[in-house]
Amino acid sequence: MNIYLDSLTTALQLIITADAVLLEIISLSLRVSLSALALSCIFGITLGTMLAIRSFRGRGVIISIVNAMMGLPPVVVGLIVYLHLSRSGPLGWMGLLYTPSAMIIAQIILITPIIIALTCQMIEDLHEDYRDLFASLSVSRLSAIKAYIIDARYSLLTVILAGFGRAISEVGAVIIVGGNIDHLTRVMTTTIALETSKGELALALALGAILLAMAMAVNLAATWLKHLAKRRAYA
Amino acid sequence: MPNSLLPITAHQVSIIRKGRRLLNSLDLTITNPGITMIMGPNGAGKSLLLRCLHGLISSDEGEIHFGQKPMEAKIRYRQSMVFQSPTLLRRSVYANLAFVLKDRRMFDPAKIDHALNMVGLTHLATQSARLLSGGEKQRLVLARALLTDPDMLFLDEATSNLDPASTKIIEDILRKVSQASTKIIAITHDLGQAKRLADTIVFMHQGRVCEQTPSDAFFDQPISKEARAFLKGDLLL
Repeated sequence: MNIYLDSLTTALQLIITADAVLLEIISLSLRVSLSALALSCIFGITLGTMLAIRSFRGRGVIISIVNAMMGLPPVVVGLIVYLHLSRSGPLGWMGLLYTPSAMIIAQIILITPIIIALTCQMIEDLHEDYRDLFASLSVSRLSAIKAYIIDARYSLLTVILAGFGRAISEVGAVIIVGGNIDHLTRVMTTTIALETSKGELALALALGAILLAMAMAVNLAATWLKHLAKRRAYA
Repeated sequence: MPNSLLPITAHQVSIIRKGRRLLNSLDLTITNPGITMIMGPNGAGKSLLLRCLHGLISSDEGEIHFGQKPMEAKIRYRQSMVFQSPTLLRRSVYANLAFVLKDRRMFDPAKIDHALNMVGLTHLATQSARLLSGGEKQRLVLARALLTDPDMLFLDEATSNLDPASTKIIEDILRKVSQASTKIIAITHDLGQAKRLADTIVFMHQGRVCEQTPSDAFFDQPISKEARAFLKGDLLL
């Protein structure tokens, strides 16, 4: 019991005193996950919208594949990215392995299918509503895409938050391609795994608490956004 | 001013779904400006015909011409349609109108103000369109449809769920728009509305046009037995 209490006390101290190591790890985690999220959103929201409103041969198959990719095992993604970025791999010449860039790539692969699939579902519902109207008004395709994204903005923010939640809490892939190198690629989840394996629970607990707080904040934000959307009758 | 989308001619138009002829070799010619009302029992194919005329669906057989020209994107550009259930963007009343003009690169705040004033929604311009009442929504949709000054306006039971006050506002606007050279083709189940507004009645049953007569003649002496039964209140199966 003492170990838990000691660890908890030390963890609180680390948080309250804004420990430099703790801040560095949090900062890197946020940089990696937000970068991955931004790039995933650019691809994911655009592709998801196109997939939702265009009908073409094989569309159903593509949607099924994207849906299946939402459950990609992170370690498998980590392994594939590792194989491509390692010295003997096809992209080894870029020298990205064990860098934050490699971690961003792995996270992009993990969260882009989530963004695409959820965007596609949201926009498909809207498309059912708007299809005849846009056809009737002869709205250009570009205007239609912009309108779908703008009008689904509250729902899409929830999608983005879901992507962020997946990215920030991911451990399997980033530990393989990042290597968990101190001051270089050590993020919250990989530090928790490392410190726990060493029996150093204080830093792990502090980071765990912050990670939990972030997860809760993201969920609260998503709930608040839904509520706001309903209140303003945009949902 | 002559409406260059007239005459509308539908020749042997059929729409076939799962082996059923929902529109069955339909022939129709509309030459007159003013208001043409399409009437008939449920399942007669009225909405399908309207969607065909507006180019939202293509016929499986037959041809439709507007002023001797076949249906094409340019023609739809000069038409507007008001659907039975109003579809509104998840934006303010003003933004719903602005969207159409911006897309056509003809944004003009004065035009939007005029449209809002015409349908009596100026005081609600900044409100979310989805918070409007049923009547207000339909008025907004009508204002949006008229913003582009269409040569032809289609209405699919646009007043079917509205109270008499909202219906009157819409009917007054339709009369005014019709007099200003926009051809109106509307579906209605409301005999009173047809009597009040229609210049010509097209009566449909089972995917065909049974008769097409001036409104007065239709209500005084309908030609087809289907129309006679319909006006008597008999069930048409």
